[in-house]
Amino acid sequence: MATITLDKLTKRFGKTEVIHGIDLDVKDGEFVVFVGPSGCGKSTTLRMIAGLEEVSGGEIRIGGRVVNELDPKSRNIAMVFQNYAIYPHMTVRQNIGIGLYTSKLEKGEKARRVEEAARILGLDPYLDRRPAALSGGQRQRVAMGRAMVRDPVAFLFDEPLSNLDAQLRAQMRIEIKALHQRLGATIAYVTHDQVEAMTMADRIVVMRDGYILQQGRPMELYSNPVDVFTARFIGTPSMNVLPGRMEGGAPVAGAGGPILIGVRPQDLQVGRRAGEGGLTLSGPVTAVEPLGPETLVHFDVDGETVIGSAPGSEIPEVGSRIEAHAPDSVIHRFDAETEKALGPS
Amino acid sequence: MTATADIRERRMRDIRPGRIIRWTILFIGGVLMVTPLLYMFSTSLKTPGQIYDLRLIPAAPTLANYVEVLSEGEFPRWFLNSSIVAIVVTASNLFFDSLVGYTLAKFRFRGRRLIFIAILSTLMIPTEMLVIPWYLMSAQFGWLDTYWGIMFPGMTTAFGTFLMKQFFETVPDDFLEAARIDGMNEFTIWWKIAMPLVTPALSALAIFTFLGNWTAFFWPLIVTTSKELYTLPIGLTSFAVEQAIRWEMIMTGAALATIPTLLVFLALQRYIVRGVMLAGLKG
Ligand SMILES: Nc1ncnc2c1ncn2[C@@H]1O[C@H](COP(=O)(O)OP(=O)(O)OP(=O)(O)O)[C@@H](O)[C@H]1O
Ligand SMILES: [Mg+2]
Repeated sequence: MATITLDKLTKRFGKTEVIHGIDLDVKDGEFVVFVGPSGCGKSTTLRMIAGLEEVSGGEIRIGGRVVNELDPKSRNIAMVFQNYAIYPHMTVRQNIGIGLYTSKLEKGEKARRVEEAARILGLDPYLDRRPAALSGGQRQRVAMGRAMVRDPVAFLFDEPLSNLDAQLRAQMRIEIKALHQRLGATIAYVTHDQVEAMTMADRIVVMRDGYILQQGRPMELYSNPVDVFTARFIGTPSMNVLPGRMEGGAPVAGAGGPILIGVRPQDLQVGRRAGEGGLTLSGPVTAVEPLGPETLVHFDVDGETVIGSAPGSEIPEVGSRIEAHAPDSVIHRFDAETEKALGPS
Repeated sequence: MTATADIRERRMRDIRPGRIIRWTILFIGGVLMVTPLLYMFSTSLKTPGQIYDLRLIPAAPTLANYVEVLSEGEFPRWFLNSSIVAIVVTASNLFFDSLVGYTLAKFRFRGRRLIFIAILSTLMIPTEMLVIPWYLMSAQFGWLDTYWGIMFPGMTTAFGTFLMKQFFETVPDDFLEAARIDGMNEFTIWWKIAMPLVTPALSALAIFTFLGNWTAFFWPLIVTTSKELYTLPIGLTSFAVEQAIRWEMIMTGAALATIPTLLVFLALQRYIVRGVMLAGLKG
């Protein structure tokens, strides 16, 4: 396993620069997840680490060694693609074995490793099948098997689960996490899914327009987002963000205010009046989502939809007027102009 | 019960006037195409006395004509010549056309478009115009009346290159990149990963090239002078002149010449279907 260091890394396609000098240190054995909106440069960054895309500026170091000019095979990294990229004309055994294509191990040892990987991934009954006869999740596991047999210094994943249904995704999430713990592997993982990011990452890197906006442990990003973008990106449903101002130390929502007030739906309790201070919002209910343990309540505040939460047993009627409250400690404040966090009040 | 009712209903729906007309036309077309072929085989099984008896099933079928054609004269030699030419040229096209097509489809390099356009533009030059330069070239290099002389103009074709390029463009880059990361070199990626994914195109190209060369007439006629180097179409023509009134012999030769083309088609057709299913997988 190895560290991965990006040093003022830039990427240009022709004249357009899409990665603007990013710095990142991935520690040995760390699980780093890249998130960000479509087109922000996550895949491009990963592909540069893999050696599939040329570096336009800056440096990539793997295990301390500069790899800018190395071709993919000399970097000894493994990559799992969104659409698996397992070869339809080969059996599962052959597909996994391709991971050992350049290895100088003797035949028996290669076969042993392929079978071992298949066993770990629960693929042993399918070794002689072709991909056409496998389910999506099994195909994804074959792709992971191909990556595993090699003993690479790092694994790269580009949205590996996005083609799977929700249930399978949840299961594979746990398997990948277990794989990480078992191999102690350095992993760089790209996803659109913030649940994946929160549950798997040691560290989340939020990207936007070719820059790194923020990086940190999942809970750090969750509780201290540096700006509105990160605040709304991490956590589901997204944080409510409303214009407003401070009045006597308490935030008050209202159009045209100099600040933006952020509060997570889970922190905005419907129908509960909890002490002095904090934020109080009220309006007519526009929709309810009973989830079981809690109910998400959508209501209208001066033309903006706000989501609050109520206990699972309480389901307010659509159209009825409600009041919701959040204590000071969970309120985020951002500058209305720059959208940067203003820090604790 | 519902299933059989369903099938019956579907059959009823199938019998519509439009369909009947279409099938009738196709049937007549099929009969028109197949009849001469059947008469060829039929005549080849008849004795000289029977050939003007137009029954399709010969009264007393005999293989004597085949024995005679294959044991006397140069026919086996021509058959061999045609086989050598068609097989070598087909193999060459499968290899080189797909290598060039792959390069044009999957690599970005300076002049790529220009090269592609140059290759395509040669499609517009008719063979008749090329024959004279080919001939002069062959004369200078001493290729006249040799196997190489017959084969060299077709060793790669613009059409094949174009066909393969179009097909390789449908192969997702992820496959190639995954192989690159796993340490294959570019040639191996082409041979082991990309080629198996375009088997339908390779089968189609093999059929076209084999048939084209098996039946080629104009250029082999010009470039060969000695009878031992004739390919089947040239040989059959000279045979027909020699055997002017022996129709059963001419038909036997023609039937023998047709068999390999049928075999190639039947053998490869299967791969076209199977290949399409493979390529549709994308997973
Ligand atoms: N080969 C290319 N040529 C030109 N521009 C490209 C190329 N590949 C990517 N880009 C551009 O680079 C930017 C970053 O793309 P990238 O694929 O890294 O985004 P992403 O963050 O992975 O998005 P997504 O979440 O949709 O996968 C995009 O604006 C894209 O249009
Ligand atoms: Mg991407």
